[in-house]
Amino acid sequence: MLKFVLRRLGFMLLTVALASIVIFWATTMLPGDVATMILGRYATEEAKTELRHELGLDRPATVQYVDWLGSYVRGDWGHSPSMDTEVRPVIFERLRNSLMLASTAFALYVPLGILLGLVAALRKNTWVDNLISVGSLAFIGLPEFVSGLILIAIFSIQLGWFHAQSAIAPDSSFVAAFPYLVLPAVTVALTSLAYVVRMTRSSTVDVLQTDYVRTANLKGLPPHRVLFTHVLRNSLLPTVTVVAIGIGWLIGGLIVTESLFSYPGIGRLLLFAIQRRDMVLIQATALLIVLIYVVANLVADILYAVLNPRIRYT
Amino acid sequence: MASVMDRAASAAAASPSPRPVFEVEGLHVDYLTEHGVLHAVRDVSLAIHEHESFGLVGESGSGKSTLAMGAIRYLASNGRVTDGSVRLNGVELLGLSRKELRKLWGASIGVVYQSPLSALNPSIPIGRQLAEVARLHLDMDAAAARSRVAEMLTKVAMPDPEAVMRRYPHQLSGGMLQRCVIAMALMTNPSLLIMDEPTTALDVTTQAVVLDLVADLKREFDSAILYITHDLGVITKICDRVGVMYAGEFMEQAALNDLFARPLHPYTLDLLGCVPRFDPTPEKRSLVTIPGAIPRVDELPPGCIFAPRCEFVEEACTRARPPLREVEAGHLTACRRWEAVPPPEEYLREATEAVRTAGVAAAEADALVEVEGAEVHFKAPKGVIRAVDGVDLRVCVGQTLGVVGESGSGKTTVARAIIGLTPATGGDITLRGDSLPRTTGKRSRSTLREIQMVFQNPDASLNPTRSVGDAIMRPLRLLGDMSREEAKRRAEELLRAVSLPVSYFDRLPHELSGGEKQRVAIARAFAADPDLILCDEPISSLDVSVQGSLMNLLMQLQVEKQTSYLFISHDLSAVQHLSDTIAVVYLGHAMEVGDAVRVLTPPFHPYTEALLSAVPLPDPDVQQKPIRLGGAVPSAMDVPSGCRFHPRCPRFLGEICVREEPPWREGEGNHRIYCHIPLDELARLQAQTLVFGDDAGDRDGAEREEHDDGEVA
Repeated sequence: MLKFVLRRLGFMLLTVALASIVIFWATTMLPGDVATMILGRYATEEAKTELRHELGLDRPATVQYVDWLGSYVRGDWGHSPSMDTEVRPVIFERLRNSLMLASTAFALYVPLGILLGLVAALRKNTWVDNLISVGSLAFIGLPEFVSGLILIAIFSIQLGWFHAQSAIAPDSSFVAAFPYLVLPAVTVALTSLAYVVRMTRSSTVDVLQTDYVRTANLKGLPPHRVLFTHVLRNSLLPTVTVVAIGIGWLIGGLIVTESLFSYPGIGRLLLFAIQRRDMVLIQATALLIVLIYVVANLVADILYAVLNPRIRYT
Repeated sequence: MASVMDRAASAAAASPSPRPVFEVEGLHVDYLTEHGVLHAVRDVSLAIHEHESFGLVGESGSGKSTLAMGAIRYLASNGRVTDGSVRLNGVELLGLSRKELRKLWGASIGVVYQSPLSALNPSIPIGRQLAEVARLHLDMDAAAARSRVAEMLTKVAMPDPEAVMRRYPHQLSGGMLQRCVIAMALMTNPSLLIMDEPTTALDVTTQAVVLDLVADLKREFDSAILYITHDLGVITKICDRVGVMYAGEFMEQAALNDLFARPLHPYTLDLLGCVPRFDPTPEKRSLVTIPGAIPRVDELPPGCIFAPRCEFVEEACTRARPPLREVEAGHLTACRRWEAVPPPEEYLREATEAVRTAGVAAAEADALVEVEGAEVHFKAPKGVIRAVDGVDLRVCVGQTLGVVGESGSGKTTVARAIIGLTPATGGDITLRGDSLPRTTGKRSRSTLREIQMVFQNPDASLNPTRSVGDAIMRPLRLLGDMSREEAKRRAEELLRAVSLPVSYFDRLPHELSGGEKQRVAIARAFAADPDLILCDEPISSLDVSVQGSLMNLLMQLQVEKQTSYLFISHDLSAVQHLSDTIAVVYLGHAMEVGDAVRVLTPPFHPYTEALLSAVPLPDPDVQQKPIRLGGAVPSAMDVPSGCRFHPRCPRFLGEICVREEPPWREGEGNHRIYCHIPLDELARLQAQTLVFGDDAGDRDGAEREEHDDGEVA
């Protein structure tokens, strides 16, 4: 098992390294010149050249890359020209916000999704199942900016229960931020809920038809024992994987929702950085998001191996 | 509360039970489908006593599994028991609620299914799964349950029960898993044990071990056993009474010996004739063919349901359905004309004919394909998988080479190497003396035309989107250079040759039965007029009667077209029925090669000997000395040193078998045995142990021989 974890860890590092190359290279491809952006359009050519030299932008790309990666690993994420502040504290602050939003959404859709999926599978082909299946299918197709707007329209504007915008103060505590988290969390949860429901339902249906469930029933085990001891640990495997990978998206990929609700999360930070052509910020943020995804995948792999004895030794 | 076992024990002590433990009376089971109601099981009755084993025999669609599951009320959601009575220990099962049934399942009723790996939960260790039964029904706590599980595992001869209990199902072999499942089913000493094809998924030698086990357990536990199978040979090993089912009804029920010695129903008689008899003589006879096909349950004929296919049919048979009734002591039949049913020996002689005489493995001149020292090694992360590790074969013109071996023997891989689907990594394969390129990509069209293949699973080998006609025409167009009209005509000829109606040309595979699909596969193989056809387990997945007719077809086509076959199977009876020469393969290496008659008569290689004594023969009078192989086939990554059979060899000599690879001992003709034991020694040892046939004279003769020689020289 240890070898398994170490192998996965190795792949993870390799992935991050490769991603860092891609990120770095992509940002150098971005149109727009940093020096112009900082000094303004009317700056002299000499001033720009000097600034570029100061920022180390006239060195060869590979040297810049190694330098950047080395600093990043040591924790020095640079100084953002557009925000005129050290990058790292800003990112961490936004990351914290994203984590709050992610955990709220997670708590909403994962238990509910699994429950609905199980119910649909156990009551396959009845009206309950049809309702759940069709309902979840409807939500999968709904993009967040649509569902978010609808939620705002109903719960903010009509009913006035929640604020339409979630532009919380950057250092808000979780409790203080919570009322602002509800609508964006529900928006995100709605889409993800559907995936979890469908995944759980289909894998549970498969497991219910297996021979070992038949054996469990014919042993005379009561239905709840069959469900919890025999069915769940096998049928939840695919769901766990899907959910674990989704955590990556949940933390780092909510650009649309964050923009809609003006929520100061890490996705919005990245968008801001791209709009400002702020290379330093883009690179640091993007690499962090990659790291989040990769760690989420690693957790998913390990969790899967813990639950599924058959692949533990590969 | 008295445990189930105590109750059973006291019941047994109280009455030496003429009362059957398990009684089914007039049972009807229906399935509700989109095509309407299917009466899958109709008016079925049987009775089983304590310690008694009832064999339920039938082909697909006979309703045997439905009967068993319906009787214990475990049917799919669209299944219903619509009439009848089922009593277990006098208690009526058909009126019970789910909750009450659950008390019986696992406690008084144990079930063992076909595939042991899928019958156990892959995520829970074995010990815990088995302990569940003890904790639930025997009122035991965790510790007591564990020791009971260990006890049961010892009873089923599991080596090192404690270690096994910690393992997961995927870490054990099929044979070991099935023993665990049997242990689980018998843990509560159930009144009824249902076994539904429990050994079908196992190797012959493993099956023999499991059958021995069941026979022993039968004596030790009180259970009444309902044993479901399609294999007539297996029935003779453990069943006391047999019932033959056909399309949802019983055709005959009798004591084991009565059924085999004197069947009183034409269907039973025909079934017995469809199974190849173990008869190593050069004369090759056809098998009994039952014309027509098993009727669908919604398309049953009026009157006797077997009438359309019966050769003893009379007008009266088609008018009213004859009931199953007792015509001799303990012998029930559903045939009105039971008295006209001839004894099996007589019938078999008349209903079959001599087709050809087995050829002998002639000189090199007649060799069509020769395989010399073939090796197929696969690189795996942890080592090398030596799937084929030194195999020499020769197929002669117009003859059949049978390759027999169990799982892991490499027989399929050898075939794939010969045809070029899996490239050989060593050795040489020649066609008429010329070396064959290792992959199909490098072979010429004429070579491709000369070697064709029939695969095991017709569902997988026929493209489901192509019609039958297209499938057969494909090799004609690709390899035969024919125009579309010519190809169509030839395809129709081929359909006729395999006894399929020409109207099938436009049908899609899913509209055909398993046997018909395999006929199409055979027609396709013959389409390009090949010289050699590789048949990889072509009949294993089919019903007994269909197997018989396909074997007849293969023999007939061989005589007509002088095609050679390489016939691969784990079924020794089928191999000996069709083959001129036989090669016995174990773990990638040939163990014995030669003319069929020589290979199947002493002296044998110890592995061949074990195989022969493991094959269950459909004849209750035959004596087979039980030579059983311990353990399981080792992995092809970890081939044992010296003679690879030495860890399991019942005739293991000693150091030499571990150290050195055996020599090839030459026998008569081209008979060769790969063993350290010299041939005359083998002949001496084996003539005294393996006895075939019910000839009392032979047996006495053998015993006398033993006496005379005393300490055999």
